[in-house]
Amino acid sequence: MVSAYKKQAVGASYGLSDWLMQRLTAVVLALYTPVIVACLLMHRPGTFHEWQGMFSSQLLRLATVLFFGALIWHAWIGIRDIVMDYLKPASVRMTALFLIGFFLIACFAWSVAILWGR
Amino acid sequence: MKFRIERFNPDTDAKPYFKEYDVDLKPADRMLLDALVRIKMMDDTLSLRRSCREGICGSDAMNINGKNGLACITKIVDLKEPVVLRALPGLPIIRDLIVDMTHFFAQYHSIKPYLINDEPPPERERLQSPHERAELDGLYECILCACCSTSCPSFWWNPDKFVGPAGLLNAYRFIADSRDQAANARLDDLKDPYRLFRCHSIMNCVDVCPKGLNPTSAIGKIKDMMVRRAV
Amino acid sequence: MALPVRKFDAVIVGAGGAGLRASYELSKAGLKVAALSKVFPTRSHTVAAQGGVGAALGNMGEDSWHWHMYDTVKGSDWLGDQDAIEFMCRMAPEVVIELEHFGMPFDRNDNGTIYQRPFGGHTANFGEKPVQRSSCAADRTGHAMLHALYQRNVHTKTQFFVEWMALDIIRDAEGRVLGVTALEMETGDIVIFQGKATLFATGGGGRIFASSTNAFINMGDGVGMTARAGIPLEDMEFWQFHPTGVAGAGVLITEGVRGEGGYLLNKNGERFMERYAPTMKDLASRDVVSRAMATEIKEGRGCGPHGDYILLKLDHLGADVINKRLPGIRESAIKFANIDPVKEPIPVVPTCHYQMGGIPTNYHGEVVVPKGGNPSSVVPGFYAAGECGCASIHGANRLGTNSLTDLLVMGKSSALSMLDYIKAEGPKHRDLPKDAGDFSLSRVAALDGKKGGANVDKTRGEIQRTMQAHCGVFRFPDMLVQGVDKIKALADSVANLEIGDKSKVFNTARIEALELQNLYETARATMISAEARKETRGAHDRADFHQRDDNNWLKHTLWYKEGDKLEYKAVNLKPLTVETIPPKARVY
Repeated sequence: MVSAYKKQAVGASYGLSDWLMQRLTAVVLALYTPVIVACLLMHRPGTFHEWQGMFSSQLLRLATVLFFGALIWHAWIGIRDIVMDYLKPASVRMTALFLIGFFLIACFAWSVAILWGR
Repeated sequence: MKFRIERFNPDTDAKPYFKEYDVDLKPADRMLLDALVRIKMMDDTLSLRRSCREGICGSDAMNINGKNGLACITKIVDLKEPVVLRALPGLPIIRDLIVDMTHFFAQYHSIKPYLINDEPPPERERLQSPHERAELDGLYECILCACCSTSCPSFWWNPDKFVGPAGLLNAYRFIADSRDQAANARLDDLKDPYRLFRCHSIMNCVDVCPKGLNPTSAIGKIKDMMVRRAV
Repeated sequence: MALPVRKFDAVIVGAGGAGLRASYELSKAGLKVAALSKVFPTRSHTVAAQGGVGAALGNMGEDSWHWHMYDTVKGSDWLGDQDAIEFMCRMAPEVVIELEHFGMPFDRNDNGTIYQRPFGGHTANFGEKPVQRSSCAADRTGHAMLHALYQRNVHTKTQFFVEWMALDIIRDAEGRVLGVTALEMETGDIVIFQGKATLFATGGGGRIFASSTNAFINMGDGVGMTARAGIPLEDMEFWQFHPTGVAGAGVLITEGVRGEGGYLLNKNGERFMERYAPTMKDLASRDVVSRAMATEIKEGRGCGPHGDYILLKLDHLGADVINKRLPGIRESAIKFANIDPVKEPIPVVPTCHYQMGGIPTNYHGEVVVPKGGNPSSVVPGFYAAGECGCASIHGANRLGTNSLTDLLVMGKSSALSMLDYIKAEGPKHRDLPKDAGDFSLSRVAALDGKKGGANVDKTRGEIQRTMQAHCGVFRFPDMLVQGVDKIKALADSVANLEIGDKSKVFNTARIEALELQNLYETARATMISAEARKETRGAHDRADFHQRDDNNWLKHTLWYKEGDKLEYKAVNLKPLTVETIPPKARVY
């Protein structure tokens, strides 16, 4: 019964760093939320131009891109956790992770494009 | 009193089924285990594990009306009828209420559940202050009944890779012991994404522990130590 | 039919405290060890020990192994062998310190040493005053110890066979023990475990009584197997009734409660132990306290509506002490007696707790039998330790905390003896007799084929009620004679048990029937030995012979299954190095 434990290769030591990042990104999300709410209340943007005007502030743009980065990172860790729990076959899991990762990176790229685009 | 008990004999049954029992209890029958012993007198094909009948050996863990617990310290009067009894969830059933605990114990063994101290032992006891000893309270009392791990969804999905609440509680029991020298190695061993970090603080373990222990808090303390060590 | 054979250097039957202490020692030495257990090792009944392990560490004040020895000899009512007792008391501090090094979470003093509490019969300076000698981990000492020992075995990679039940001993023509047959519960398969040396660490058979602190698994398996193998059982009439089992439930309440300052009350609120034991009061030996309680109840001073229990008061200790030192007791009392001991006293009655007798051994753990004029001739290859063995350290009454001391010392000592023996045996195993597994196979086949036989539960209940009524705390001559008849009359039922479940996988009905056959031998040995001993000594209290009789009865009983033959052998009054502690009146 006392059998040697067969160590499973499950990839590096990113358990801790991911867990930390999930919390760190959550802090970013939590900090950004009141800022953007305040901005929205002050500017009350209605039209596209008013929105553009509000985001003309370089500072807000940086904060927002930071927010999206954090959001996507946070989502990546969360979704990957779920995939790790529920998708058992390695090939299915890898494919799903690849697609989700691609999607999230695309989302991030899109957010950058929106913020700095014309 | 009415019972619905999950039955399965691999020799004759394709899959588990429920069997109903109606049993006359005697005044001396106070705990669920007393009732089960009485049912077994009526039907000796019912199989279950039991030993100390006082909640210290950890043999008779089962799922009682949907919640894991020890039959021997579950009072009959507190139970709603019909009492539905099933084997512990998430582990393969060997027969009736008996599950295969191989994965559970393999995870316990994987955390190196023994004191590691490579210094030659002194002639007398290693000294430990009452305060240092108090760090082990709420940890060393674990009876390895598996109520916690088998109520943990993370353990259901990854019993081969996630250590589970019982194993992690015991891991912290050694990390917290002032006499143990392997805290660093023990933390290293847990920092991958599966062994510890499958815990999502669902806290079913705390809810069901028949000894009133708190594995989630122990897991939190391990994470604390990892973070403090990292920064 | 030839059974599969698995070969090991050492086969250990039972993985409680004694078995694990031995398996650790042997696997550490690099031997191939098989440790068989009916339950996962940490579920063995050592786990339920509460109060502590006795060793003269002297952490709380002056103490010495010699005082511990005196207390043990006096506790045994001089029936203990003084060589074995000296050996255990001398070794005790060493094995307790080892346990601390294994990681056992002992309670601590402010200076960091192991905390020790007072306990029944523990005295300083040869009976002068109470001493604190019981090293403990709250009131979960056995649990902490068993887990620490198991953990050491995980480290040394002992090979466990969990949920295997040993069935019978295999002996060759010269009487040498070559191993056991065993049944794997999960599959129903029977296999021969051959060992160069075989250790029995199977625990006691406290389930022979209807009211017992013992677990369901304590069915006297080792004792039954030994009796069937033609080896006698020693001093089986001596069973300890623990003073404080929860009334009605049988669950143990540690003597540590009284060690920490709790005491017993009768219905008049009188602290009656002051009358029975003026010096040690509630901390007198267990037989003395149990007898006093039974007397109070018998004479109409019991508590409750039926006057059938005694109250154990500890609320005056305060919630802090109770929560720190006796948390498990509080939990048990709330669960099993509906009483919170912080507020109210616990109803308790004397409850069967420990088997003093067992498989006769010397203090090396070697099983010894009378042969060719030698009363203690070694049975080669056979060892016993823990509650199933009788070295005899506990004699007619065991001192509280000495059970854990015994299993550590004897577990280690027998392992060291086995090491020497296995080395001398050389690399090859001896030949098994051709019919090695036949007896076990026929027993199991009889069970499986029986129709119209005796019911297992009824037969077990009959044994337990008979033992309780005829062989309890007080023993009456006519009741004993009747008891012998009743127990003998059950032989037929036990030989013809019928089970409804004939399946293979985890057939617990079959296991219970096989256990019952072991329990029966235990009960029979007890009743016959008790009826024959015409004196009162330790836990054996006869109404017709109210005194200890050293002239006629300062000797060990040996019961043989064959023909219920009784033999006697002298008590060894000669210690290893110190002077004999001569018998005298036993006053606490």
